[in-house]
Amino acid sequence: MGVQYYNPACMKPASFDYLAPRSLEEALDYLAEHGYEAKVLAGGQSLVPAMNFRLARPAVLVDINPLSELDYLEETDHRLRIGTLVRHSTFEKPVCQGPTGRLLAMAARHVGHWPIRVRGTFGGSLAHADPAAEWCVIARLLDADLVTRSSSGGRHIPAEMFFQTVFTTALEPDELLLEARLPLLSSDTKVGFQQFSRRAGDFALAMVAVAFQIEEGKVMNPRIALGGVSDRPLRAPEAEQMIEGADPGDPSFRAAAETAAREIEAIGDIHGSASYRRDLVRALTRRAFEQAITIS
Amino acid sequence: MSNRTEVEVRLNVNGRDYRVRVEPRRTLADTLRDNCGLTGTHLGCEHGVCGACTILADGEPVRACLMFAVQCEGMELRTVEGLADGDRLHPLQQAFWENHGLQCGFCTPGFLMLATGYLEQRPEPDEEELKEMLSSNLCRCTGYQNILKAVKQAAAEMRG
Repeated sequence: MGVQYYNPACMKPASFDYLAPRSLEEALDYLAEHGYEAKVLAGGQSLVPAMNFRLARPAVLVDINPLSELDYLEETDHRLRIGTLVRHSTFEKPVCQGPTGRLLAMAARHVGHWPIRVRGTFGGSLAHADPAAEWCVIARLLDADLVTRSSSGGRHIPAEMFFQTVFTTALEPDELLLEARLPLLSSDTKVGFQQFSRRAGDFALAMVAVAFQIEEGKVMNPRIALGGVSDRPLRAPEAEQMIEGADPGDPSFRAAAETAAREIEAIGDIHGSASYRRDLVRALTRRAFEQAITIS
Repeated sequence: MSNRTEVEVRLNVNGRDYRVRVEPRRTLADTLRDNCGLTGTHLGCEHGVCGACTILADGEPVRACLMFAVQCEGMELRTVEGLADGDRLHPLQQAFWENHGLQCGFCTPGFLMLATGYLEQRPEPDEEELKEMLSSNLCRCTGYQNILKAVKQAAAEMRG
């Protein structure tokens, strides 16, 4: 027998049925059959740690890694379509021309570490819905259209509706996140992404993504999204409204940052208090605007 | 198709085929150690943070504690046991030795595989890139400076 490793006190997953579908349809049939008992295994960089800790004990794992048809990037109709299995590391270099690709690359370098980025997937990160996940913040910033499929049909879920609370999305248990559609921002859009974590590769205590244009010397169509500060990625609508039409520069950036810090419902935890997170939002929002105007 | 009991898995590790019988829940790291007898791959945290179990899968560094062996059929896996050529150490191993890139050595197999994967893809890294890459794995002895020195020396040697 050798050493007995499967004491629940050890870092080993509970047993499960492993299903490796050969087609999308087969994967959806498995999800329909097993419902809440089943978990989709994509990159596994969040699910498997949770299983090793036995925080997650799915009875069935449906491994979609063999479904290479879910690993694609396409540009159609002013949208970037990201297949659910595209790995984080793919985005380290811009996957498309213009600000959307640039913004994804800015965020990608903050996603875990290289070996995590090699395995972890874009769709898996969205479906996991960690409030401090970079892709969830980008999806919220750009109002991503999230395309799902189940054996009984498909849906389009706006990012705003998709992220509900910590680790909780609008996905039904028989539903697979198939694709994320992001707008291809016009080439004059300025983008910035800033985050703060205590050590490289850690989950951020706070992160801020911004996108805006400058028309006739004024800030137009500003978007500000925040992550790591609440139970889900948030927009900062008051701050967006206040900077719309303002002269771009230090005074308006500071004012928007102040408003963002005030309007969010920050949550405190062992890693940082709510007021510390507000301070971070204030600093990071200003830096994200400065970064956007400096480099793009 | 569905099985909580043991299944047969064929793994290719360091160019050699292993046929093992494992439960689906057995991680790649445990399978390498317990079923293949390749104990060079170390297990530290078992949740993807420490990097001690880093190996190469199809040339890319991965955490072997975050994959299941059943997922790895058909992959070309490389572990620390595959680095040396007989008695001749891999340039990274030699450089770690010469630069005191290890003290207790527990993290070393993970660092060696991480750096091997990196230098094979980017033979001319700059120092900032190297620091970023090395931050992926934890070492509690060296303070990283000697690991960095070792990888830089190995990079120069591997370029020839």
